[in-house]
Amino acid sequence: MWEYTDKVKDHFMHPRNVGELKDANAIGETGSLNCGDALKLFLKVDENERIVDASFMTFGCASAVASSSALTEIIKGMTLDEAAKVTNGDIADYLGGLPKEKMHCSVMGKSALQKAIADYRGIQIMEKPGEMVCECFEVTDLEIIEAVKANGLETTEDVTNYLKAGGGCGKCLGRIEEVIASVKAEG
Amino acid sequence: MNVIYTDNNATTRVADEVIEEMLPFFGGFYGNPSSMHTFGDRVGKKIRQARQKVADLIHADPDEIIFTSCGTESDNSAIFSALNAHPDKKRIITSNVEHPAILNLFKYLRDKKGYDVVLVPVDKKGHLNLDLLYDSLSDDTAIVSLMWANNETGVIFPIPEIAEKVTEKGILFHTDAVQAAGKIPIDVKDAHVDMLSLSGHKIHAPKGIGVLYVKKGIKFFPYLIGGHQEKGRRGGTENTVSIIGLGKACELAAQQLPIMNTQVKELRDYLQNQLLEKIPSVSVNGDLENRLPNTLSIGFDAVEGESILLMLDKEGICASSGSACTSGSLDPSHVLMAMEVPFKSAHGTIRFSLSHYNTKEEMDHIVKTMVPAIETLRAMSPFWKDGKLV
Repeated sequence: MWEYTDKVKDHFMHPRNVGELKDANAIGETGSLNCGDALKLFLKVDENERIVDASFMTFGCASAVASSSALTEIIKGMTLDEAAKVTNGDIADYLGGLPKEKMHCSVMGKSALQKAIADYRGIQIMEKPGEMVCECFEVTDLEIIEAVKANGLETTEDVTNYLKAGGGCGKCLGRIEEVIASVKAEG
Repeated sequence: MNVIYTDNNATTRVADEVIEEMLPFFGGFYGNPSSMHTFGDRVGKKIRQARQKVADLIHADPDEIIFTSCGTESDNSAIFSALNAHPDKKRIITSNVEHPAILNLFKYLRDKKGYDVVLVPVDKKGHLNLDLLYDSLSDDTAIVSLMWANNETGVIFPIPEIAEKVTEKGILFHTDAVQAAGKIPIDVKDAHVDMLSLSGHKIHAPKGIGVLYVKKGIKFFPYLIGGHQEKGRRGGTENTVSIIGLGKACELAAQQLPIMNTQVKELRDYLQNQLLEKIPSVSVNGDLENRLPNTLSIGFDAVEGESILLMLDKEGICASSGSACTSGSLDPSHVLMAMEVPFKSAHGTIRFSLSHYNTKEEMDHIVKTMVPAIETLRAMSPFWKDGKLV
């Protein structure tokens, strides 16, 4: 069983700000049903770009729910500029820490927040260069090539451990293998 | 808080009768069963009796029983013995829903030792593709190893039928019967199996004791090389206390087999039907008919397993989930994926595995806990709206 802090347990059993925010004017979504966790973040932002309300809907494990709950508590009252500086470490710290295997839950919070801010400002999030290989963890072929070259990764498992790519729904494992093979072929 | 234990495929409560049987051998009767004195042989005699009781449960001869430390050691011993017996044969066959004790061993043999590993797939109900299995049998095959029943879904493979086809081609056949033992009848003579693994802690004996059955006449190469214990087939001083406990547990398991297939099965079916009736968008994994009487693998759409488990845990209810949610891997279990269980319910799969200690009141409490737990989790799930999956 995971060693969750009391704060994680509290935010899982009694999550703050759950549900759709009817008058939200910024929404950020990340993850999917296939991946095993997903977060939809709702923000209500006033004319001064201050977050006056926030809520979430999350599908996932206890730490995913707790991270989402913590995120909404952290950002309420912040301006978008302030919120943009919130890191996944801040979310984990707020909860008194997360097991290292569960840090991706806080990364998911950060990602949804970035998307919500971009949504409000009407800006496209800069697409990462390259072709998207792992949609669960948003990893591109260029990132895989770089990691394979830099770390001498040999198998799909290596890539998953390093980048998480392929560790979600698993449907890109064949593509990852091709990318690894292409690096090897280049020598 | 009262514990409601429905995780018996993970491990079981040690039966009171088993504890009683073992206690004297923790204390005054500490002799070595191999010793040439009456004091040691008091233990030796109990071990001979235990060996007989273990043999009786699976219709074997006592000489065919080797005590090991766990199911995993039994599995490893069987496979390595087969490879030693046939150093020229390079193919080994198993299924893609095996317990890690077999699956990871086979992957190791493939990746590090160059074996040609065939992983026979299963269909959506968890049934083995028998045509593929039989087509893959070759002169080059050292061993076929298949589980008798699946730990996650309880789906039963037709081991007697398969074993007959495999062994009549002169190929060794091993079965991991860790989950099947004590839940369905096992008759090794009738089933034509050459080797069979058992584990004590799945049948109300302690952890740390396993059994490997090796049919008379089958060449066996020891995995642990040492003294003359187990007729030289497994070195190391016997785990006397646990062996004695296992003997008692096997005696009880044989007696309780009818209860397992009536009382326990009825409780499992009751729990299954209540959950299906009271909660929408729920599906049971695996073949409903051809399944261990105590096991229920059930998926709840749009929610995640660990969250459900923690809600159950708050009420003292012990079960397991079908997914391991960690950073390296978020995928649902290899068993559910092999069966192509859709992600929507695979991530929200819970396994309840019962024993004769469970009661109807406990099942009612589980249902009473599950209904609001699933409602709460679905209320916060972005994939659930207006009473259905979106």
